[in-house]
Amino acid sequence: MEAFTRIEGLTAALLRENIDTDIIIASRDITSPSRDGFGPRLFAPWRYDGPGGPERPDFVLNQQPWRAAVILIAGANFGCGSSREMAVWALRQFGIRCVIAPSFGAIFQGNCIKNGVLPVVLPAARVAALGALAASAAQPLTLAIDLQACQVQQPDGSCDGFVVGARDREMLLAGLDEIDLTWQYRADIEAFEAADRLRRPWVWPGAVTAPRP
Amino acid sequence: MSEKPLPDPRSVIAKIWDAHVVAELGGGHTLLHIDRIFLHERTGPALLAGLAAAGRRPLHPEKVFGVMDHIVDTRPGRSDATHSAPAQGFITAFRERTRAAGVRLFDLNDSRQGIVHVLSPEQGIALPGITLVCPDSHTGTVGGLGALAWGIGSTEGEHAVATQTLVRTRAPQMRVRFEGHLPVGVTAKDMVLALIARHGATGGALNGQGCAIEFDGAAVRALDIEGRMTLCNMTVEFGAWTGLVAPDDSTLQWVAGRPFSPQGAAFDAACTHWRTLFSDDDTVWNHALVLDVSRLEPQITWGTSPAQGGPISQPVPDPQTLPSGSQRASTEKALAYMGLTPGAPLLGTPIDAAFVGSCTNSRLSDLRAAAAVIRGRRVAPGVKALVVPGSTPVKAAAEALGLHRLFLDAGFEWRDSGCSLCFFSGGDSFGARADGRPLRVVSSTNRNFEGRQGPGVRTHLASPATVVASALAGCIADPRVGAG
Repeated sequence: MEAFTRIEGLTAALLRENIDTDIIIASRDITSPSRDGFGPRLFAPWRYDGPGGPERPDFVLNQQPWRAAVILIAGANFGCGSSREMAVWALRQFGIRCVIAPSFGAIFQGNCIKNGVLPVVLPAARVAALGALAASAAQPLTLAIDLQACQVQQPDGSCDGFVVGARDREMLLAGLDEIDLTWQYRADIEAFEAADRLRRPWVWPGAVTAPRP
Repeated sequence: MSEKPLPDPRSVIAKIWDAHVVAELGGGHTLLHIDRIFLHERTGPALLAGLAAAGRRPLHPEKVFGVMDHIVDTRPGRSDATHSAPAQGFITAFRERTRAAGVRLFDLNDSRQGIVHVLSPEQGIALPGITLVCPDSHTGTVGGLGALAWGIGSTEGEHAVATQTLVRTRAPQMRVRFEGHLPVGVTAKDMVLALIARHGATGGALNGQGCAIEFDGAAVRALDIEGRMTLCNMTVEFGAWTGLVAPDDSTLQWVAGRPFSPQGAAFDAACTHWRTLFSDDDTVWNHALVLDVSRLEPQITWGTSPAQGGPISQPVPDPQTLPSGSQRASTEKALAYMGLTPGAPLLGTPIDAAFVGSCTNSRLSDLRAAAAVIRGRRVAPGVKALVVPGSTPVKAAAEALGLHRLFLDAGFEWRDSGCSLCFFSGGDSFGARADGRPLRVVSSTNRNFEGRQGPGVRTHLASPATVVASALAGCIADPRVGAG
């Protein structure tokens, strides 16, 4: 997976609560069974005037300088709803590497980590304060996100610390593949399964749970 | 004589978890064994392609099942050819990928086909006490029969299929007790909508971590297994990791004799194990909630989050009565999208369409409850009303009872099974109003998000009974009114 150590970039604010994955990438915009091509359809219901329509000038990611945003500040429960990983792919393919919010939808949060997008949880008051700073087009906010230091850093040197799970942090910093990591426990998996076949034979298809004709 | 120390009291959730621990990885992470994995045509092709591209294969293909449900055509007479080109692409790719991976597929016109969370328990593939995952956020539905089941992403899905395990940290444990007797005309759907309305869209999380919820109490025990699945279906809308109801005698009876359920001595052995799956007295809960349902009304949502709802008799809320800040702003935005006036009654709001279906409310008991509301009446003129059974077996069972005739005679469309218009994938729609204004839909689904059921569509979530009552009245209506 893609590593994440430190990024620095333009920050856009979208301070609504409960921004769901249907808004991040609408089902009708998932038109091919591939992992690519979602960036232009990110936030399509808000970004465009109707299906196939032109850009809406009032949407933040259609405005300069935020068309080049790398960091997104959002309201609580960001990414709630459907488990569709295309929501993260759309953000990543647009160019977003980090989302800062008071809380996240749980499946979305996990999907972010696995795609090199960092979900940063900050207290609601701090999210609101940073969001207010990010709203100025005259003085666009550039933040740096340092995963080594676990800090959101402002240009004036002030910073907010954040907490991220040690395993997630390690995997992001090194860009590790989780399946490779798990295969280090292959002997444990085999031992578990051998014991489980005796303990719970009914969950092992082919032994006793083959479908009846 | 020394006494053995008593084991610590454990919740049913902890008991299932402990039986699946492969290894402790440190830092609170556990490598957990997964008993069953379901894939569907919407995300399955990319998932299996990713696996193949990395040179990996399913560790236990016999524990992986594929289902066509998300974007399949539900209009009668469907075949590959009745789908749009993009939908055909997903269907064809999923067929090819499951075959190459050696994964059993419940294909489009298989007599067992259905929405994954309806099919898995119906076929006896979802069982009490197992771990089950699927790249779909409503996988917790099968918690209704005491499985520990949750939705995952595609990359996690690859991990599960390749290793038959997932890495997780233990979730905080929450117990939600529903006490009292549910009034007539009020259902499991109303219970879960009330829970979410009262405690919010993140009420099932603690410190940002989604909880594992055990639903219990007299009103839960009184629900049939299908009602328990409705309850567990919406735990994700509550911000929880997942939810379940500990298996009891009615669960075991429900599981017995299904095609993939263990048979004979294996079933007896399974029952012995399943009977140990209850929360011990003195279990320590990280959080506990109690709701008395004795005076619960039918619930309906008025906003664009499942938490934005309440009793059907209440008026549209007034944002000015809320403290300023994000909650007021969210309420204002939701009401603007929904085209509702603060203080106006919800009852009597005209509707354009009505939808009975989805993994929340499309099982036989839902269709029976929905049909019972009709009582010889017809869908109001100008309202498009659909009934989409959750599975092909549910459809067949409903037809054997003659329910389809009741729906058809009343003016409902009677569809083939699938996720259908729970979400708008572009292939099917509720149509459009002559004046071009957004459509208003009363729906037995789980999400009222902006645009979820179509561009601009205004969704009100409710029980199947409320959906049918509203379809007949042509406006939001209380299913208890006029009931015999």
